[in-house]
Amino acid sequence: MIAAMMASSYNAKEEDGHHSGSSSHGGAGAVKSKKPDNTAFKQQRLPAWQPILTAGTVLPAFFVIGLIFIPIGIGLYVTSNNIKEFEVDYTGVDINSPCYSCAKNFSWNSTQSCVCSVNFTLEQPFESNVFMYYGLSNFYQNHRRYVKSRDDSQLNGDLSALMNPSKECEPYRTNDGLPIAPCGAIANSLFNDTLDLYYVDSNSTKTPIPLAKKGIAWWTDKHVKFRNPSGNTNLTVTFQGTTKPVNWRKPVYELDPSEADNNGFINEDFIVWMRTAALPTFRKLYRIIQKKSGTTPTLPSGRYILDITYNYPVLSFDGRKRMILSTISWMGGKNPFLGIAYITVGSICFFLGVVLLIIHHKYDTRNNSADIPN
Amino acid sequence: MARDGEDAGMVKAAKVKRQRKKKTKENKTRTVHANILYDNAKGEENPNRHYANNKIKTTKYTLLSFLPKNLFEQFHRFANVYFVFIALLNFVPVVNAFQPELALAPVVFILSVTAIKDLWEDYRRHRSDKEINHMDCLVYSRVERRYVEKYWKEVRVGDFIRLRCNEILPADVLLLTSSDPDRLCHIETATLDGETNLKQRQVVRSFFDLDCDFDPTKYNSIIECEKPNNDLNRFRGYIIHRSGRRDALYKENLLLRGCTIRNTEEAVGIVIYAGHETKAMLNNNGPRYKRSKLERQMNVDVFWCVIILLVMCLFAAVGHGLWMFQYGDKRPVFDVLSPEGTDLSPIMSAIYLFLTMIIVFQVLIPISLFVSIEIVKICQVFFIHQDMDLYDEETDSHLQCRALNITEDLGQMQYIFSDKTGTLTENKMVFRRCTVAGVEYSHDANARRLAMYQEMDSEEEECTSHGGTLPRRDSVTSHQSARVVLRSQSTKSHRRTGSRAEAKRASILSKHTAFSSPMEKDITPDPQLLDKVNECSSQMDFMRFHSQPMSQLPSDLSDIIDFFIALTICNTVVVSSPNQPRQKVKLSEGYAPPLKSPVKTIEDFIKRFTPSRLTSGSNSSSSSSLITNRSSNRGCSSILSSPSAEKLRYEAESPDEAALVYAARAYKCSLVGRLPDQVTVELPHLGKLSFELLHTLGFDSTRKRMSVVVRHPLTDQITVYTKGADSVIMDLIKPPNTGENSHSVCFIVYRTQNYLNLYAADGLRTLCIAKKVLTKEEYACWLQRHLEAETAIQGREELLFESALRLETNLHLLGATGIEDRLQDGVPETIASLRKAGLQIWVLTGDKQETAVNIAYACKLLEPEEEILTLNADSQVNDTGHCFINENDYSADHIYPSSSPSSSSVPFMVHRLGLVIDGRTLAYALDKSLEDKFLAVARSCRSVLCCRSTPLQKSMVVKLVRNKLKVMTLAIGDGANDVSMIQVADVGVGISGQEGMQAVMASDFALPRFRYLQKLLLVHGHWCYSRLANMILYFFYKNAVTLIFWYQFYCGFSGSAMIDQWYLIFFNLMFSAFPQLITGTLDKDVSAETLQQLPQLYISGQNSEEYKPYMFWMNMIDAFYQSLVCFFIPYFAYADSDVDLFTWGTPITTLALFTILLHLGIETKTWTWMNWLSISFSIALFFTVALCYNASCPTCYSPSNPYWTMQRLLQDPLFYFLCVITPVTALLPRYFYRACQGTLFPSPVQVGRQLDKLPAETRRNILSLSRTKYVNHIEQAKHHYHNLFVFQPYINVPDTITVMGHRQPLECNLVLLVFYVKVFWILGLV
Repeated sequence: MIAAMMASSYNAKEEDGHHSGSSSHGGAGAVKSKKPDNTAFKQQRLPAWQPILTAGTVLPAFFVIGLIFIPIGIGLYVTSNNIKEFEVDYTGVDINSPCYSCAKNFSWNSTQSCVCSVNFTLEQPFESNVFMYYGLSNFYQNHRRYVKSRDDSQLNGDLSALMNPSKECEPYRTNDGLPIAPCGAIANSLFNDTLDLYYVDSNSTKTPIPLAKKGIAWWTDKHVKFRNPSGNTNLTVTFQGTTKPVNWRKPVYELDPSEADNNGFINEDFIVWMRTAALPTFRKLYRIIQKKSGTTPTLPSGRYILDITYNYPVLSFDGRKRMILSTISWMGGKNPFLGIAYITVGSICFFLGVVLLIIHHKYDTRNNSADIPN
Repeated sequence: MARDGEDAGMVKAAKVKRQRKKKTKENKTRTVHANILYDNAKGEENPNRHYANNKIKTTKYTLLSFLPKNLFEQFHRFANVYFVFIALLNFVPVVNAFQPELALAPVVFILSVTAIKDLWEDYRRHRSDKEINHMDCLVYSRVERRYVEKYWKEVRVGDFIRLRCNEILPADVLLLTSSDPDRLCHIETATLDGETNLKQRQVVRSFFDLDCDFDPTKYNSIIECEKPNNDLNRFRGYIIHRSGRRDALYKENLLLRGCTIRNTEEAVGIVIYAGHETKAMLNNNGPRYKRSKLERQMNVDVFWCVIILLVMCLFAAVGHGLWMFQYGDKRPVFDVLSPEGTDLSPIMSAIYLFLTMIIVFQVLIPISLFVSIEIVKICQVFFIHQDMDLYDEETDSHLQCRALNITEDLGQMQYIFSDKTGTLTENKMVFRRCTVAGVEYSHDANARRLAMYQEMDSEEEECTSHGGTLPRRDSVTSHQSARVVLRSQSTKSHRRTGSRAEAKRASILSKHTAFSSPMEKDITPDPQLLDKVNECSSQMDFMRFHSQPMSQLPSDLSDIIDFFIALTICNTVVVSSPNQPRQKVKLSEGYAPPLKSPVKTIEDFIKRFTPSRLTSGSNSSSSSSLITNRSSNRGCSSILSSPSAEKLRYEAESPDEAALVYAARAYKCSLVGRLPDQVTVELPHLGKLSFELLHTLGFDSTRKRMSVVVRHPLTDQITVYTKGADSVIMDLIKPPNTGENSHSVCFIVYRTQNYLNLYAADGLRTLCIAKKVLTKEEYACWLQRHLEAETAIQGREELLFESALRLETNLHLLGATGIEDRLQDGVPETIASLRKAGLQIWVLTGDKQETAVNIAYACKLLEPEEEILTLNADSQVNDTGHCFINENDYSADHIYPSSSPSSSSVPFMVHRLGLVIDGRTLAYALDKSLEDKFLAVARSCRSVLCCRSTPLQKSMVVKLVRNKLKVMTLAIGDGANDVSMIQVADVGVGISGQEGMQAVMASDFALPRFRYLQKLLLVHGHWCYSRLANMILYFFYKNAVTLIFWYQFYCGFSGSAMIDQWYLIFFNLMFSAFPQLITGTLDKDVSAETLQQLPQLYISGQNSEEYKPYMFWMNMIDAFYQSLVCFFIPYFAYADSDVDLFTWGTPITTLALFTILLHLGIETKTWTWMNWLSISFSIALFFTVALCYNASCPTCYSPSNPYWTMQRLLQDPLFYFLCVITPVTALLPRYFYRACQGTLFPSPVQVGRQLDKLPAETRRNILSLSRTKYVNHIEQAKHHYHNLFVFQPYINVPDTITVMGHRQPLECNLVLLVFYVKVFWILGLV
C-alpha cells in the first residue's frame, strides 16, 4: 500500500529484454561460443521499479495513511464505546467484601462450599445479548509447564490415552495408581466457582436470570477436539478405572448434573478452561444471556444480585476473581485501545507528512527536475 | 623404500652404491625397476609394489563414510555445533522448550542442504574420476610380449607404456624412446600450466643410441629419482645400467601426466610416478578459502548477538527466580512441578530456565544466515560470470571466479597492485626498431604498419559493438581447426572438473594467440638494413665460395649478420609446421658432417612416415615431396617437409622471443629448424646453415639474459650469443683493450646506450645482443666445469648458474632491439576511472625504470604535471638510508604545504606526486627500519611505480601495504612472477593472457583483459558488497525481532512462547527466507551505467558505508522498537479478553511477518517481478501452511494444538485491523528516516540513484559537465573555499552556481542547477 503511493514508475530505459539470444545465436556458429546469453535476467537488466525514498516521493503515503487511519480509528472507538460492560470483583480481599470470609477460610481441601452474594446496580440497560465472563487476574495460565500439562489425545476420547495418559501430564497423571481423567495441571485447576445472577426489581423480588451454558466454547473444540471416549453411552462406565483430578470435587462425567450431554470431556465450561489464556489477566466466557424479545433489554438497568458458590482459591497467589457482563460488537468486546491507536498513528502520520512537506519545499528539488522538458 | 625384494641379478656395483647412499639419502629417493622383470605387478617380489597405482580417487567420501565424515566436517563450523547443542538441549526434559524432534528440524535442514551439496559435488568428482580411470593406454604385457590396451587405473609404476600422437599421458613417464628421428617427443602442457606452445622432451641419454625398436624385455636398468613432489619444473635422478654406468635424468626426460603428446608418432616410456603421486595431481589443489572483510565484520556482530542473547537469558532467568520467590512456599496451581515431581527452588529453576531461554531465543543467532550468504554468493558469482561486458570475444573467454566467497571484497578495494607487462600491456611483442653496431634503423615503414593495425583494431571494436556478429579474426585454415578439435577432445576426456573450463579456454586461446596474428609476423624491414644484410650475406657467400676466412668481412657487416643470427638462434623457439604430427625430412647438405651409418631401406623410411591414425588424410600430399635419400644421422640438418619457410610457425615461451625471430625472418634470416643440438638457419644467398648447438644457458630472472653456445658453420668457431636486458649486458661488454679499434668499440657502446635510452623513453622493451668467440682452449676449460655442474645432483642449479656466469663475460656488443609492448585497450580510461573511484594504483614491474615510466605516462598513471619523486639507490647501504630519509623529509614538506602559509599558493600541484622506485632501492625501503617512512612517502603520492622488482619484492610490497595500512588490496598480474603477489593480496586477479596460466591458477578472479577490472570492481564489486552488506544487516535485524522476550514479562519468565513452535522454527527457514535471498541477489542500488560513469560511488564501499558497526546497533534498536510495537499493539488490543494463547500468538506471528517483509521492502531499491513474486510467495506460503497446519490434526502438535485457530482469525475483523496498523507503526520511524535522509543528507549512492532516474539526455549533460569542465571549477572553488566546501556544502552553492551558470547557458533552470550542485558536491568530495 505504501509502496504503491510512491511517485515512481517503471524505468522505461530498461526494456531491452527482448534482444535476448539474437546475437548469441548469430555469433555462435559452428564453434560453441562461451559468450553469455544476452538476456535481461542474466545481464541483470530486468525491468524494475526503483522507488527513491525522498521527502517528495514519500509524503503522499504519509497523508494517505493519516487520512485512512483517522476515520477507521474513530469508527473503532465509537464501536467500542457503544459496548456496555459491567465488572464486579468478588475475590473478597477487602474486609467489607461479602466474600471476605469465604476467601479467608477457603482452600482446595475444604469440602464445604461457601456461598456469598454480591449486590450491584446496572446504570444502563444492556440491550443485546449479554456475555457473562469470569475473570481471573494474576493467574498465569500461560506458564510454560502449565500449558503443556495436558493430553490432547485423552481429551479427544482416545481410550488408550484415557487409561494411560501422556507423560506431559506429570505430576497430575495418576493418583493412587489410577489414571486421572482428565489429566494434567490445566484440568486439575479447573475454575469451579458457580455464579448465579438475579434481577432485583423495585419490590425486592429476586428473579433468576436464565444463563445459557451452551455455545460458549468454540464449535471445533466441542465437536472435533474434545470428545468423550466412545463405545459406551454411559459415561460412568466409560470413565471406570480412572480417577478424578486431585482438586476436583466431582468426577468429569458429573460436571453438569442438569444436562447429560454436557458431561465428560465435552463439558463446555471445561473446554473453555482448557483453552489456556494468553495473558495473566484474562476472562473466560461463562454464560450467555440471550435476548428474549425485541423490545425489552436483555438486562434492564437496576439492582442485581450475584450469588457465588466460592470454590476457587486465588488469594494464595494474590489473584483476583471478577464477574464481567458485557455486550459484544462485530469486533469483539469493549476495548478502546485499537481505536485510539488508529487515531494516534493516523495523526502522527499526518503530522510527519506535514514535516516532510516542509522539508520537501525547503530542500527537495529533485522531483521537479524530473519534469523538465528536454 | 622397497629394498628387500631386489633381484639378485642386479648389478652389484649399483647395489653397493645404493646401499652406500641409503645411509645418507634414506627416504629421499624412489627406486623404480621395470615391472616386466617380475611375474605379477603386485607380487611380493616387486620392489615397486609400495608405490601408488594410477587409479585416482579425488572423492572425499565413500558410501559408508559419507555421513560421519560429512557431519564431522560440518561440525568444524562453530555455528553448526551451537545449533546442534541447542537442539540436543531440547531433549533434556527439565529445560526443553519445544518438541525435541521439531527443534532438530532447522539444524537437520541446514546440515542436509550442505550435505546434499557436498554429495553432489563428490558425485561429480566420482564420475570424472571414473571417466579418467577408464581411459585406455597401451601397456607392455610380459605374458603377451606386446603392448596391450589397459585402463589408466591399471597402470603401475615400472610399467612400460607406449604413447601415440595426441594421446594424453596417464602418468609421469620417463621417456625411453621416441619414433622421432631426433629422439624427441613434443608435448603440450596446456592442461598443466596453460602454456600452449609445444615443449620438447628428450629420450634419456643412454637410450639415445638405441635403434628405433625399443625392446622392453631387454631393459634392465634401475632408476633412482626424487620422491614425488609437486614441482613441475624439476626432476632429478639417474638411471643405473647393468654396466654400472649412471646417467643423469632431467626434467627434459620426464613426460608429465595430463600433457598431450604432439608431433610425435610414438614414444615409449617407463612409469615413474603414478596416480596421486604424479606431479599434476600433487599440483591439484582445491579452491582456496578466503574470508572476506565483510564476513570478518559480520562475525564480530554475531559475537555481539551471542552477548545480547546471554544477557536476555540471564535477565529472564533472574526474573523467573524472583517470580518464583515471591510466592514463597505457597505454590500456586499454575506453577506445575517438574515432571519428576520435584519441587525446585527458585535458584534451580532460574538456572534451568536460563538453558530453556537459550533454546527459545536461539533465533537471535541467525542459523540460516551462513547458508543464505553462501547461496547469495553463488548467485552473485553466476551473474558476474554471465556478464556480457566481461566477455572477451577475441579469446572466447569470460571472467572466472575461482574463489567463491570473496565477491563482496571486490567492492571494498583500496589499493591495486598491478603488473605491467601483459596486464597493462597486451604482451604482444612487436618488433619496432633496432640498432646494430651503433647505427639506428628506425623502421618507419614498420611503425606505419603498426599504426594501421591499431586503426583496424578500433574499427573492429566498433564492429563488435554494433553487430555483435564479428567474424573471428583468425584465419582459420583447416589444420588449425583440426588441431583445435583434437585438443578440445583430449582435454575434455581428461581434465579435472575444476579446471576443465580453463583447459578448453586455453585450447581456444591457442587459435588466437599472438603467434598467429599477422601483426607480429609481418614485419616490414627497414630498407637500409635489408640492403646491408643482403650485401653482407652475398659477400659471405662469395667468401665461402672462395674459401676465404670470414674474418676478412668488414666488422660492421659481420656484426649485422651476427646480430641476425643471434636473433634467430639465441632463444628457445620451437619451429613447427602447420601439419602435424611433425614429419621430418633429412637433407644431406654438402657441409654436413660425414655420414655415420648407411642409408636404410626405403621401406624403413616409408614405415616411419606412415601417418598415424589420427592424421591419415592430411599428409598424403606432403609425403610425395619427400626427399628420399634419408640418412639416419642425427647430426644432419633437418627441415620440415612440405611448407616453405613462410608457413613455419614459431612457438615461443615468451612472446618477445617470437617477435625477434619473426623480425629476423623479415630480413630473410629465418629459423627453419631446431633440434636439441642443432639449429638450422636459412640465410639469403647462403642457404641453409646448420649451427651445432653446444649449450643453451636458459633465461633466468637473476641473470636476466640467456646464451647459446654454437659452433659457427662458416668460421667453425665456438661462438656464444647472448641476449638480455641492457643493464646486465652493458656491464658485461668487454672493455676495449688498447687495440686499434678500441675507440670505435667505445663509440658503438656509447651510441647504443643512447639509442637504448631513446627506446626506453618510447616505452619500448629493450634487449641487447652480444656475442663472444671462444678459443678451443677456453671452451674446453669451461666445458669441463660445466659438465661437472650438469651431472651434479646436489645443488645443480647453483653450479649451472655459476657456470653460466663464467661464460658470459667479455662480450662483444652487436646491437640492441626495441620491442613494443602495446597497451591494452582502454587501459588509460580504466586507470583514470579506478583512480576516480578512490583506488590507489601501484604498478610493480620487473621492467627497467625508463620503460616503466613511459608506460606509466602512456596509461595515464603518471601525469605530465605531476612531480615525480625518483628513488634510486646507489650501492652503499648507508647512503641509501640517508638519501631515503632525506627524500622523505623533502616530500613531507610538500605534502603538508598548508602548514606554512608561504607555500599555499601552489597547493594542488604539490598534491600530485608520483613515486618511482627501483628494485634495489625497494630492497632498502622494505627494510624494517625504513618501511614506515617508505609507506608515509608512498601514501602521499598519487601513484607509485616500482621497477625492476623481483616477484618476492612484489609480494612484500603488497604485504607491507596490506598489513601496515590495514587496507584492502588487490593484486593483478598475468605471469608466473605475479603469483606470489596475487596470493598475498586480499583479492588476487589473474589476467589470462599469453604468459601461461600460473597467475590464473593462483588467482581468485581471472579476467581476459585489464579493462574489465573497471566493471568488475565498480559495478559488480559495488553491487556484491552493497547487496551482501544490506542482507547481513537485514538478517541481524530480522532475528533480533524477539517478540517472545516481551512475553516473558507476562508469563512469569517461564520461557513460554505465544508463537507456535512450528512458526517459530520455520519462520526464518521458510516464511521469511526467500525475499531476502532475492533482494540479496538482485538488488541494484545504482545502475551499472551510472556506477561506471561516476566511479566516485565506489568510495562508499571502500569506507564500508553500507555496513558500519553503528548500523548494526541501529538495526538492533530498530528491531527492539519494532518488536515492542509488534508485541504491545496486540497486547493492548487483546488485554483482558478471553483470547487464548495461540489465538493471540498467531496474529503476532502474522504481523511480525508483514513487518519484516515490509521492512525489506523499504530497503529494497529495485523491484523486479521476482521481488514481488517472492514477497507474495512468502505471505501465501505462510497462510497456506498455517491454514493446513491448523486444520490437519486436532490432537497432535502438543502443546500448542492450534486447531482451527487461523481459520477463526481470518473471520475476525480485529485481526485485519491489527495487521494494518502494526506494520505501519513499526516501520514509521525507518520510513520517515529514509525519506528525510534521501532529501536532507543523501549519500553519494542515493544521488547516483537520482541521476539514474533523470532522462538520458539530462543525465549525459550532467555527467559530461562533471567530467570536463567541472573538475577545474571545483578545484578553483576548492582552492578558495577549501574548508567551507567540504564541511558545509550548501554554503557553497551560490558560488558554484554562478560559475556553472555562466559557462552553461543551456541549463538555465535554477532548480536543475541546484540539483547539479548536489551532484557536484558529491563529486567534489573526492
